[in-house]
Amino acid sequence: MEATTARDIARSVNAGETSAVERAAAMLERIDERDGAVGAYLAVTRELARESAERVDARVAAGERLPLAGVPLAIKDNMCVTGTPTTCASKILANWVAPYTATAVRRLLDAGAIPLGKTNLDEFAMGSSCENSALGRTANPWDLSRVPGGSSGGSAAAVAAGEATVSIGSDTGGSIREPAAFCGVVGFKPTYGRISRYGLIAFASSLDQIGPFSNTVADAALLYDVMAGRDPMDATTVDRAVEPSLPGLREDLRGVRIGIVKEFGLGDLDPEVRAAYERAYADLAALGAELVEVALPTADYGIATYYLIAPAECSSNLARFDGMRYGLRVEAADVGSTYEATRAAGFGDEVKRRILIGTYALSSGYYDAYYVRAQKARTLIAADFAKAFEACDAIACPAAASPAFAFDAKADPVSMYLMDYYTIPMSLAGLPSLSVPCGYVTPPGAAGPLPLGLELSAPLFAERALLGIAHAYERSTRHAERHRIPAIPVSAGAR
Amino acid sequence: MSATLENAAGDTVEIGGVRYEAVMGIECHVELKTETKMFCGCRNVFGAEPNTNVCPVCLGMPGALPVPNELAIELVVKAGLAFGAEIPAFSKFDRKNYFYPDMPKDYQISQFDMPLTQGGVVPFWLPDGSHGSCRLTRIHLEEDTGKSSHAGSRDGRIAGSTHSLVDFNRAGVPLMECVSEPDIRSAAAAVAYLEALKRTFVALGVSDVKMEEGSLRCDVNLSLRKVGDAEYGTKTEIKNMNSFNSVRRAIESEIARQAAILESGGRVIQETRGWDEAAGTTHPMRSKEQAHDYRYFPDPDLTPIEFAPNDVARLRADLIALPQARIDRYVSQDKLSIVQAQQIVDSPGLAAYYDAASALTGKPQPTVNFILGDLSRLANETGTAVSASRVTAEALAELVALVEAKTINSKTAKELVARVWAEGGSPAAIVESEGLGQVSDAGAIDALVAQVVSANEKTVADYRAGKTKVMGFLVGQVMKASRGTANPTLAEERLRAAIGA
Amino acid sequence: MASGDIDVAYVAKLARLALTPAEIERFGTQLGALLEHVDRLAGLPVDDVAATAAVIAQSNVMRADVPVPSLDRETVLRAAPQREGAYFRVPRIIAEDA
Repeated sequence: MEATTARDIARSVNAGETSAVERAAAMLERIDERDGAVGAYLAVTRELARESAERVDARVAAGERLPLAGVPLAIKDNMCVTGTPTTCASKILANWVAPYTATAVRRLLDAGAIPLGKTNLDEFAMGSSCENSALGRTANPWDLSRVPGGSSGGSAAAVAAGEATVSIGSDTGGSIREPAAFCGVVGFKPTYGRISRYGLIAFASSLDQIGPFSNTVADAALLYDVMAGRDPMDATTVDRAVEPSLPGLREDLRGVRIGIVKEFGLGDLDPEVRAAYERAYADLAALGAELVEVALPTADYGIATYYLIAPAECSSNLARFDGMRYGLRVEAADVGSTYEATRAAGFGDEVKRRILIGTYALSSGYYDAYYVRAQKARTLIAADFAKAFEACDAIACPAAASPAFAFDAKADPVSMYLMDYYTIPMSLAGLPSLSVPCGYVTPPGAAGPLPLGLELSAPLFAERALLGIAHAYERSTRHAERHRIPAIPVSAGAR
Repeated sequence: MSATLENAAGDTVEIGGVRYEAVMGIECHVELKTETKMFCGCRNVFGAEPNTNVCPVCLGMPGALPVPNELAIELVVKAGLAFGAEIPAFSKFDRKNYFYPDMPKDYQISQFDMPLTQGGVVPFWLPDGSHGSCRLTRIHLEEDTGKSSHAGSRDGRIAGSTHSLVDFNRAGVPLMECVSEPDIRSAAAAVAYLEALKRTFVALGVSDVKMEEGSLRCDVNLSLRKVGDAEYGTKTEIKNMNSFNSVRRAIESEIARQAAILESGGRVIQETRGWDEAAGTTHPMRSKEQAHDYRYFPDPDLTPIEFAPNDVARLRADLIALPQARIDRYVSQDKLSIVQAQQIVDSPGLAAYYDAASALTGKPQPTVNFILGDLSRLANETGTAVSASRVTAEALAELVALVEAKTINSKTAKELVARVWAEGGSPAAIVESEGLGQVSDAGAIDALVAQVVSANEKTVADYRAGKTKVMGFLVGQVMKASRGTANPTLAEERLRAAIGA
Repeated sequence: MASGDIDVAYVAKLARLALTPAEIERFGTQLGALLEHVDRLAGLPVDDVAATAAVIAQSNVMRADVPVPSLDRETVLRAAPQREGAYFRVPRIIAEDA
């Protein structure tokens, strides 16, 4: 089965050329063959997939035309889907079954998408490599000795390995864009507030956003159009009309100004990587875009700002995991000891580190110096972008400083945090931002070419323009077609 | 704003020959009377089967998000406006972080530094007839916790329990926290303050305010200081009072306890003490060595509340005539007693009824006597409210006029009330058509008197011999002879004249 | 701005995390390194800058006081680590606050 797009599948199912049940079965077979090696999925939801597919086929037969009819979808395991284990890749939720479905997921399912399973992630979405998962290991389909990126590593890998046509992940500081870059797929994070967070297990409330992974920008636009819009269950969703983005896809960039950030100079990058990005910028210009230098003077403060705000919010969001009402309980002599033993056993190191630093940043005597100060820095960063966007329509930069690295390469936590250098500032400002494949490099020791991602970011609520620009770039450069993932060793038997 | 404490009669104690006064502030938590909880659509209802009014939001499940209840916000603003509070243009929700098994998220959504209302004054009448008041610091909005019961201990308390059982029906119920300034100076004032709060909140429809159901909980902060001192003494916080009477007793007990400590030269320890209803004392509640660090920060899941001036004006216009203002008017203008005024105000619908009737009669005292007397009795007996009965304000006005003009006597009036209650109609018309008018014509009375005197020679002789009590019997005979229509005062007068007494 | 000297044991208590002495030391070093990086914020001119309250400014997002069906109790209690009848069962509480 060749990799096909969500748009093609939906058209085909709606036209009666194929059925959702067939597509689901084929994809499940693909998962069975490949996921042993890739490990994208924590749980494959066969029954749910079959039931959903049957329902979609019935609706289509009754005359409905569904935007995502029969499209095989993988869902990051920090999103609630009724009746499915929803673990956040953590021991503390290893046996928790969600009693409700996240709004964004429900919208996709209502539009005809078929839920194949829940994908792996860094525990509670904290990480940039998927190595922090307590429940499984996901490998990069381009090189199984390397990480797929994180935190939405499983969702990115599933699409890259052909184990799902599209998937959804969540992005707080880069957790969609970076794994998309590492896995050679499109990954898109919309403006904060565009897609409901109801049912997305919270990491950092003021930063988290759900977004799609796909093989094409058009598919990402399609999923975005279905998911976006105000949700009465999430008070942070914006009350603003969603202009459909699909009609905004364009073929060239004439009249578009692309900002190249002075502070994101390519000079420090590996020469092969640098060359790839220089080519990407040139390709944008070749499409008719005017390249403009813009400044983000506070870019260097992004990581410091983010690693105070996000942990502070997460320290509060993760307090509910206390062994009392659901999830893991390590029973001790009394409630206080039970809290401590449960959370010690249930959380991995990275989660503990972030809870600790976050608690500290909010604590008496440090709140002003850390949390408040970081929120002020955030204001400055957002102001920088606003100023930059006076001179350009979108900003282009690398999604990551390097291609996917090997497992255990970044043992030191701060070195891992620096992986988010290019993606964090946009998150702090709430901007829509995506990664689109922009080339390949073959570092010494790599088994083959490794993908790179070009990050494009736009002003608040400018998803339509952003996706349009990304589509033009993708269609003209066709990077996704230049290489295939290596053959994945087939595993026998179902997962 | 200066404290206007008009009540000088505070609770004072003498310690070592020096007068000390009790200084108190009160913190109340009031459950709001909304259909649904503060941040989710689960029902807000007391007494439901455990854990049946719960959802991902109020259980603190992963991925759930809060969305605030619009009505709850309005009710708090109305409560504040009722006491003259200021409504800041900008208000927000903050997270108060701490762990406890009845806390679904292990943080409570509350308000820290930008509450919905600021300031205000609560006026109240004291039983001795004096007037008092207490300033409000603020009223803010937060969510209630679940309810835990402790198993395995003899008395259901935490100490000695083996485990606890938690019901989350109450988790997320909207809670209004009213914080007062330390303006209360006596147990009586504390109770009067609480009653004033309750009266207003019930009238506004903000809450049922039933301490026994937990819809009102209060903590009292109490300290003693020398009368005339400006500095406050060390305060203790008293919790666990479940009725206004408990509040009074707990305050009296704590004043005595602190006085005894100071008397013996000791120092009062700042601590939280729980009231033990059965023992009639407070006991220290064990608390952590470190004070809570709640790590307040603005809740990123919620938007701020911004009021435009016309929002506040609209809510202010919605306020009905408030109970305290009414009570003041009844006491000062209508000359009702405080008890009468409070009774009128506290019964739903009665104040409007009283206002209508007394406007027609122009005579508040007899009007209120009928209402609180015969009419209230009939209301209790029949289960129908006075204001919903067939005795309309107009009918009552007629009745009062008939009595005041001495057209009917009080016995006839009583019978008429019962009759109109049961059948409706106009008392004046009934009196006219059935000739129930009190006979006040001296000649007619004299005729009856003569009749009675001649029929009761022995009794009359007894009376002349000094047995004055029998006059009542003789008057009764005149009444009987007149089939109850004689004017009894006149009857007695004419009897005396006839007997020559 | 204080730097590097996070009292991990104290913060762990606030966060209800039991840590071994080895963890306290390891996290102390790692978080100390992060705090050193974070120290650069001290150089930012933020005195006249307002803290971001929300990246997208909105206000008065509320809901009407209208009931919505609750969760089925069995579903809820089935997920409980321990239940007793219609209640969540939790270990004994020692102090008035846990």
